[in-house]
Amino acid sequence: MADEEVWVTQVKEHAHRVRQRAARVCAANHGGYFIQACGSAEIMTTLYAQLMDLGPSTGPLFPNDFDGVPRPGAPALVGDIYNGDRDRFYLSPAHYALGLYATLVEMGRLDHNVLDWANADGSTLELIGAEHSPGFETTTGSLAQALSVAVGQALVRKRFNRPGRIWALISDGEMEEGQTWEALQSAANFELDNLIVLLDANGVQVDGWVEDVMKTEPIPEKVAAFGWTMTEVDGHDPRSIAEAARNVVKGKPTFVVCRTNPIHSVPSLQGRHQLHYIRFRPGEVELVETDLGVLKEAHT
Amino acid sequence: MSNLLAPARDLTYETKPYGRAFTAYSSDHTDVLCVTNDLTASCEADEFRATFPERYFSLGMAEQNLTGVLAGMARDGFRPFYPSFGVFATRRPYEQIAMSIAYPALDVRLVGFLPGLTTPGGVTHQATDDIALMSQLPNMSVLEVGDATEAATVLDAIDSLRGPVYLRMLRGEVPILFDSPLQFRKGRQLATGAEVLVLSSGVMTESAMRVVHKARETGVDAGLIHISTLKPFDDPAVLAQIKAAAVVVTAENHLLRGGLATVVSDAIAQGGWSTRLIPVGIKDTFTHGGGKDYLFGYYGISEADIARAVERAVGRSIFEHVIRTEAHSQRHNASVAEGL
Repeated sequence: MADEEVWVTQVKEHAHRVRQRAARVCAANHGGYFIQACGSAEIMTTLYAQLMDLGPSTGPLFPNDFDGVPRPGAPALVGDIYNGDRDRFYLSPAHYALGLYATLVEMGRLDHNVLDWANADGSTLELIGAEHSPGFETTTGSLAQALSVAVGQALVRKRFNRPGRIWALISDGEMEEGQTWEALQSAANFELDNLIVLLDANGVQVDGWVEDVMKTEPIPEKVAAFGWTMTEVDGHDPRSIAEAARNVVKGKPTFVVCRTNPIHSVPSLQGRHQLHYIRFRPGEVELVETDLGVLKEAHT
Repeated sequence: MSNLLAPARDLTYETKPYGRAFTAYSSDHTDVLCVTNDLTASCEADEFRATFPERYFSLGMAEQNLTGVLAGMARDGFRPFYPSFGVFATRRPYEQIAMSIAYPALDVRLVGFLPGLTTPGGVTHQATDDIALMSQLPNMSVLEVGDATEAATVLDAIDSLRGPVYLRMLRGEVPILFDSPLQFRKGRQLATGAEVLVLSSGVMTESAMRVVHKARETGVDAGLIHISTLKPFDDPAVLAQIKAAAVVVTAENHLLRGGLATVVSDAIAQGGWSTRLIPVGIKDTFTHGGGKDYLFGYYGISEADIARAVERAVGRSIFEHVIRTEAHSQRHNASVAEGL
C-alpha cells in the first residue's frame, strides 16, 4: 500500500519476523505453541511498538537463569522489568510466551540470540511463562486470571489518580471461564477507562475450534452489553487495532475483539485440526519454513 | 492458676474487637485497603467503610475476580484486606489465591470469619478445612485468634510480616481470655505440667482452660499452651514441651487433617519423639447446621470431649459427672438469628 504509514509497515515487518523467530524455536523443538505467536503477531507488536507507554526496559538483554520462585519479601527475578515502569501489560494466556519473547526481541528489549534458550532447562524463557519470564507481569498459565489482576491495578490507579494505563491481551477460549465475566462486570462497574483489553479471537482451543467446544459468540455483543466500549477489528491490521484501542470513552473500559487467523502466513498448516500445541509431522517443518521464508532470510 | 478458668467464672466479652482494631490499624497504615464480597457489616468492615470510604471496595459476589483484584492492588503497592466468611475467603477462590496471590508472595490479608462449627449456617458456611487449605500454600502464613485481646492485637503483631496471611477470626461478642497481645510464632503458655500437655487453638482454648483448671484441681499435672500461629509452627518453646511430654492432647475447631493435630504429629514424627498424641477435632466428615453447643457435642469437639481426651491421656477417670453431661440441642438459639 503506497500511502501506508511508516509505522504500520514497520509493525508488519516486526510481526513477520516474530513468526519467523517462533518458527525457528518450534522447528528446533519439533513443535510448540506456534499458532499463538502466529495469530497474535500484529496485536503483540502493535501493542509494544505503537500503543503502550512502557518506558525503557531495565532487564538484561540476556535474561538471568532461573533463580527460584518468589518468597515473601523476595520477589527474585521479575519479568515485568522488561516492560518499564509506566503502563502495565498483562498477557493472560501464558501459552503465548514465545510470541511475547519474540516481540521483546523485535523491540530490542531482548537480544536476538536469546530464543536459542527458549524452553531450555534452567532458562526463564519457559514454554508457558511465569512472572520470572521476560515480559510477564504475573503468572497466568491457569487461564482467565490475569484480567482480574489487571482490573485490580486499574482500579487503584483510577481511585487514587495514579498515572499509567493497564493493558491486557486475552484469548477467546478464556471467554468460557466464569472469572472472565466477573472481571468484565467489575471493570464496567468501576468505570475503568484506564483499562484496555485486546482479545485474540483465533477460534482455537485444545480440543479444537472454540465454536465446536462451547458456543461463546457473539462475543462483541456480550461484551458491549456488559458496559464496555467494544470494537471488532481485523487482528492482522495494525492501524485498525491501534485506532480501536485508542477509542477510549470516558467512564468506560475499552475492549477490542481482534479476529485473527491462527495460521496467518503459514498456509501449509491449512486443514490441521489440532493447532493448540503443534507436533510437527515429518516434512512439515520445511513447509512452514518455506511459507515464512525462514531459510532464505538471514538470522537477524 | 490465674491463667486458667474456673468453671463458674463469668467471662467478660468485647463487641467487635477486630472490627475496631482494623479501623484503628488502617488509620496508621494508609496502604491498607478493604475489599468485600457483599459481607461488609457481617465481617466487621462497616466501620472501615464509614471511616475510609476511599479505601473501601465492594466487588460483589464474585470471589474469583475479587481475588485477582487483590493481587492487582498489591502489585501497585497497596496492602489489601479481604474479610469474608472463612469458606468464601479460602475454598471458593482457592486456585486464584494460589496462583495470583500466594505464588507471587503478595502482601494480601485474607480474613476468615465463622470458624469451624461456630455458625448455625450449616456445611456451606462452616469453615472446617480453611486452615488446611491455606497451610498447604507455600508463602502463606496462617493464624487463628483465641479471644478479644488477640483479635484486637493480631494486626500489629503481623504488621511487618511479608507475604500473604490467612487470619481465622471470631466476630461479634468475643470473650476476653488473655491480658497480653498476640505474638506471632509464639505459643501462649497458660499452664505448665508434666503429666499431660494440652495444645489448643481458637475457641477451643476457652474450653481447654476450664478442663485443665479442673484437671489440676484433681491433682493432674496438666500443661496448656494456646497456639495462634499455625503456620509456621516452629516455636522452640512449644516444640521442646511437645518433645518432653509423655502425651499431648490437641483441641481444634477444624478437621483433624491439615490443622493443629497435623502440625503437632508432623513435629513428633519428624523429631523422632515418643510423645503420644490424642487429637480432638472434627473427624473426616462434612457437617450440618445447628446451635454451637449442639454441634460441638455432635461432632466431638466439646469441652466434655477435651476432658475425655485428658482422661485417656492420664489413664484414669478424673472428672465428675458434671462434665460428662451431653450437649443438648436447643430449640431456640440466639446464634440462629445472627445474620449470615
